[in-house]
Amino acid sequence: MDAVIPNVQGFMYPNEVQLTWSVLIVVYPYITGLVAGAFILASLARVFNIAAVQPIYRLSLLTALAFLLVAPLPLQLHLGHPERSYEMYMTPHRTSAMAMFGFVYLWYLLVVLLLEIWLDYRKDIILAARSRTGVMKWVYSALTLGSRNIDAKSLHVDDRVGWVVTLIGIPSAFLLHGYVGFIFGSVKANPWWSSPLMPVVFIFSAMVSGIAVVLLVYETVAHLRKRPIDMACLDTVAKYLLYIFIVDFSLEMLDLVHRMYEANQSFRALDFMVHTQLYLSQIVLQIELGTLVPIGLLALVQVGKFGAILRRRIYTVAAALTLIGIFFMRWNVVIGGQLFSKSFLGYTTYKMAFAAREGLLPAIALLILPFPILWGLLKLLPPWEEQKV
Amino acid sequence: MDLSRRELLAAAGKFIVLSGAALEAFESPTGALAADSKYRMADHWWAMTIDIGKCIGCGNCVRACASENDVPEGFFRTWVERYEVNGEDMEHPQVESPAGGMHGFPVRNTPGVKSFFVPKLCNHCAESPCVQVCPVGATYVSPDGVVLVDQQYCVGCGYCVQACPYGCRYLHPTKHVADKCTLCYHRITKGLTTACCEACPTAARTLADLKNPKDPVHEFLRVNAVQVLKPDMATGAKVFYKDLDGSVR
Repeated sequence: MDAVIPNVQGFMYPNEVQLTWSVLIVVYPYITGLVAGAFILASLARVFNIAAVQPIYRLSLLTALAFLLVAPLPLQLHLGHPERSYEMYMTPHRTSAMAMFGFVYLWYLLVVLLLEIWLDYRKDIILAARSRTGVMKWVYSALTLGSRNIDAKSLHVDDRVGWVVTLIGIPSAFLLHGYVGFIFGSVKANPWWSSPLMPVVFIFSAMVSGIAVVLLVYETVAHLRKRPIDMACLDTVAKYLLYIFIVDFSLEMLDLVHRMYEANQSFRALDFMVHTQLYLSQIVLQIELGTLVPIGLLALVQVGKFGAILRRRIYTVAAALTLIGIFFMRWNVVIGGQLFSKSFLGYTTYKMAFAAREGLLPAIALLILPFPILWGLLKLLPPWEEQKV
Repeated sequence: MDLSRRELLAAAGKFIVLSGAALEAFESPTGALAADSKYRMADHWWAMTIDIGKCIGCGNCVRACASENDVPEGFFRTWVERYEVNGEDMEHPQVESPAGGMHGFPVRNTPGVKSFFVPKLCNHCAESPCVQVCPVGATYVSPDGVVLVDQQYCVGCGYCVQACPYGCRYLHPTKHVADKCTLCYHRITKGLTTACCEACPTAARTLADLKNPKDPVHEFLRVNAVQVLKPDMATGAKVFYKDLDGSVR
């Protein structure tokens, strides 16, 4: 049989040999997770009034927006008929978890993120529309949406409405990414995915990755602008990263222990997969390098006394490893869930194309794309105090 | 024997009528409506019965399906698996389906091993998980109980492929939409049986109309030990297997 169907070990249903979902579907939950995580970090400053993270409030919002703008692209690239994707808006199938993506996305983009950013920047935009010249004057004038009132009362209203939007935004961020987890967790045919814990794990892993990416963006931006880093802010962010990472890892371990203890029909097949085909991506990259090492590093800073420079370096390494770990968590969910047969009798392999539509190259491009977008947003709407627009 | 022209014409007429009726009966063993009748979806609820003991693994059904439905190479709307179960070890059956069993199976006589063939196809589930997850409603259960895909509407997301517990769906490599067994809908609505059933030399597979009180399916379900695949999935599967071994998944 191996000679007839290459890459197959044991038995797979004949239609299972080729994977249906590619690396692009790994990128999709990864990016939406970064959006949700970055937004929740911003909400710490706004709703929970944590003063220490105030310096990264706006940066978090803009980071979330940059990634959110890219989030639908991997899906569009993956669809067999992207030109028909508008049908999800026109004739959504109410029983489908996936049908709601468009609505959740639009809600999050328009009602939460854009509204909150606009309210927060409204005064800056109006001042820029008055002071700038040429094309940029027109751009900022358009961004005012015709609203030119910046008296104290008006700004107070902005602040209150913004607070409410953020308050709505927190459950919305949970909804955005918990919902992505539900897309996988509700597939009863696939025991690797089917779990009520899946949305919860997705939410916590989203927060972890979002905080890590904002931390790295903040360090990079400060470095490029040659400005000092607010270490109190960085320490606080790193502390939240550690705490949430511990919760996230505990949930994943709970899922694992539960599966091991139940040891139902699928367990042996999945256990074998984790020890063979997923060993590198799951055990080494996700759990060891991408979870235990960053948790260890972040915990080390909590118990030891380190200078500012060393702490920064530790945070940088921990955040970078976290992003790698969470990426491979998505990989192991999406790709791992398709490597075994639903007969539990065999395994296939995933051969990633390179320059194809669903290959490695577009996946890398999609992961890089939010950064030039973020650069543009930072130019348009500088988040730092001393250089307001 | 002398026959008058009138007698000859009458005899020929009877022959044509009777042979036509016999042919019609042969063409529609399920009791489906005759080809020239007006097909009413509400009058049918299609299913299939499979008698494991009768399947000889010849692959006729797979070839007939591929030919009838222009199934792309490497994908299968129906396929046949050979199971080999060693004693009580039902957890680890040896299963193979080379080229979906299209060309039959190599002869193998392993002493002490139970061996049998399992034809598979879409189970046309009444509570179909693939229908549930389709984001645009391109896949649906027809009023006569067949799970179909509107390929002019399907966005090709592949969610239905993931949701099917039986591995019956695939993304068509050139059309880029979901593809699967249609239970030869173009045939059964004309009073014919499916290509796979027609090609089966041992009548191991039989199209069934659960709404037709005269259909032999009712007797089949009443007198045999019948099972569906993966009953724990609770999909309302409508492919009924006689003598399905517990090792089959």
